[in-house]
Amino acid sequence: MESLAKQKITEDLLPQKFGKPGKIWVGVLLGFCAIGIIAYCQQLSKGLVVTAMRDYVSWGIYISNFVFFVAISLVGSLITAVLRLSDVHWSTPLTRIAEIIAVSAITCASIIIVVDMGRPERFYNLFLHGRLQSPIVWDVIVITTYFFVSILLLYFPLLPDLAILTKYKERTGARLHKLYSFLGSFWKNTPSQIHIGERAINILSVTIIPIAFAIHTVTSWLFATTYRPGWDSTNFGAYFISGAFLVGAGGVVVAMFVFRKAYKLENYIKEEHFDKMGKVLVLLALLYLYFNVNEFLVPAFKMKKSEEEHLLGLFTGEFAMVFWFAITTAMIIPILILIFKKGRKPLPAFVAGVLVVIGSWFKRYLIVTPTLLHPFLPMQDVPENYKHYFPTWQEWVIAMGSLAGALLIITLFARIFPIIPIQETITETEQHEKD
Amino acid sequence: MKTNDTSRREFFSATLLAGLTVAGCSTGKNPFEPDAATLETVKPSGEMVKLLSVDGQVIEVDKAFLKPVPELPQVSNQAARMGIPGKKFVMVIDLSRCKSLKKCQTACNHMHSIHPGQNWIKVYPQQEAEHTAPYWQPTTCMHCDEPPCVKVCPVDATFKRQDGIVLIDSDRCIGCRFCMAACPYSTRVFNWEEVDLPKEIAEKPYSCETSVPQKKGTVGKCDFCPDMARKGELPHCVSACPNGVFMFGDMNEDSVTNGSETFRFSELVRDKAGYRLMEDLGTKPSVYYLPPVNRNFPFENNEVKEENKKS
Repeated sequence: MESLAKQKITEDLLPQKFGKPGKIWVGVLLGFCAIGIIAYCQQLSKGLVVTAMRDYVSWGIYISNFVFFVAISLVGSLITAVLRLSDVHWSTPLTRIAEIIAVSAITCASIIIVVDMGRPERFYNLFLHGRLQSPIVWDVIVITTYFFVSILLLYFPLLPDLAILTKYKERTGARLHKLYSFLGSFWKNTPSQIHIGERAINILSVTIIPIAFAIHTVTSWLFATTYRPGWDSTNFGAYFISGAFLVGAGGVVVAMFVFRKAYKLENYIKEEHFDKMGKVLVLLALLYLYFNVNEFLVPAFKMKKSEEEHLLGLFTGEFAMVFWFAITTAMIIPILILIFKKGRKPLPAFVAGVLVVIGSWFKRYLIVTPTLLHPFLPMQDVPENYKHYFPTWQEWVIAMGSLAGALLIITLFARIFPIIPIQETITETEQHEKD
Repeated sequence: MKTNDTSRREFFSATLLAGLTVAGCSTGKNPFEPDAATLETVKPSGEMVKLLSVDGQVIEVDKAFLKPVPELPQVSNQAARMGIPGKKFVMVIDLSRCKSLKKCQTACNHMHSIHPGQNWIKVYPQQEAEHTAPYWQPTTCMHCDEPPCVKVCPVDATFKRQDGIVLIDSDRCIGCRFCMAACPYSTRVFNWEEVDLPKEIAEKPYSCETSVPQKKGTVGKCDFCPDMARKGELPHCVSACPNGVFMFGDMNEDSVTNGSETFRFSELVRDKAGYRLMEDLGTKPSVYYLPPVNRNFPFENNEVKEENKKS
């Protein structure tokens, strides 16, 4: 990196206009969002009857999608805060990617949870009549807090970059220039400002770790505070957090690969980064595997009557295919790819990342649905379609729409702002040269 | 049966009117002598109605002067959330008497205009183990004293009243369905769509005590019919059961009744070894079960038989 002049770094990292593939990509995402919105309008007028959820399976893929989003958003705290505080410098080019994934995922988590409500127009009741005893209210509080802290953690490191961006009016265009000066014209890059900025980021990094743990622990408690077999577990908080770090890190590897290719960032997101993130992924996958062993093997050893049906459904029954698919794709195959040095090259690491993300999505589905199909008292006195669950097209389309929405936020952010911090890269290069 | 019913209704309306008569008498005027103001507004129709007076005499009144007795005024939301002071409602279900006629279910569904296909009362064919006896187990809401549903509700839409009843305020429920996940008895149902109700029911003013009409996007469940309790009457399931399976009452009075027999609650539960469902969860239900011993009926599961025939 020593050879790169300051000017060159800036030129390389300035946000670029969408090319043809970029435009198609945005168009496709917008299309998915639009279809999702249409399906949601239908749900609003007819009610949740358009979903396949019924009295027994009263939570479906909306909730598992919500858990997935909350999980993936945890990566913001991992890359930005944990690595920053432990003085790891190689992660600098990845911080903004991680942070925008966190912000977009937590935004879509909030949207999808409103989609799941039977009476979304009564959302204000949470503030009017909110009961602090309810885990849902805890979730509302910590998710809102996490959202704002993440926004700040995205915004503060952006300030020096905004100062740089305002100097490139001809390249960015008048409208974006206005936005940049609105957001960052007060930033003069004075030593005292830099000092305050650093301190603020440090404080936020310390704060965001407990909040990040809280969002996913509380989300796990939405399940663990009930009596149901499969959810009634003291392991749930740690189980969810470890899974969340895994899927988040997987998401970052995927995003790294895509941005590197799309914006030709080979000089900034290097093979070294894939190598290091690959190692992180292996560690996290092993950790999650460990919690899975705890979560399933211990109850399976005892086979309590209430747990038996649920566990057998997962191991050999109707959910066996999805269960073993999720375990192998989210953990075992990625570990097998990434423990080898060759597997930590960009392309295989990308494949492993994709597997982790897909496997983890299905894992969330398995956490929510099978439990609901095995209540304490057997299913009785209900129509036949109440005894099964397979999402309807509206549910699929709305869930896909929310995933597309998350990707759209990330894409548009990368269009407007530098996805790799310019100022920090320059500073680190200069420091490197001094050493 | 039908003629019996109408005659009973006639008797009731007659006694109620007689009650009004007494009230009228206390003013010292003859209530059947219309005063000037009434005569101006109401024209006698000439059609006479026979009534039973308080002293047992049959008297005649012109139909035009009869007024319908107003229903009890609807309680406010605040009162409905408080409950009936001094009461602690309890139910005893005698499993030895149940043969799964499901009259309780039909009556409950009808009186609460529940969505077709859904049931607040379910009757389970139960068999604990291979060699133990099968029996029918009707379940209502358990109206737990430590209700898991109330614990998790984020907006206080489901609440525990001082008389022990757990109710839902459908005007406040946001439809998150956390209570459904939390309830171990699977007692709660959700109104997934707008229910096609007859106009007169759909237009009834909603109260959490009547639970009618049910509203789209909110949760519903057995409410122990507190509107009936306020009138001093039994829940619909209790009065509908021809076998007297359900007994309802007040724990403070230590009595429960199925309409024809009345028991001392503590003695009944003690003598017949009453128990509650899933005691180990610590939910402390208000519904007690009497074990299915010395049964009045053999266990016949017609549903299974029919299914077997089909296959």
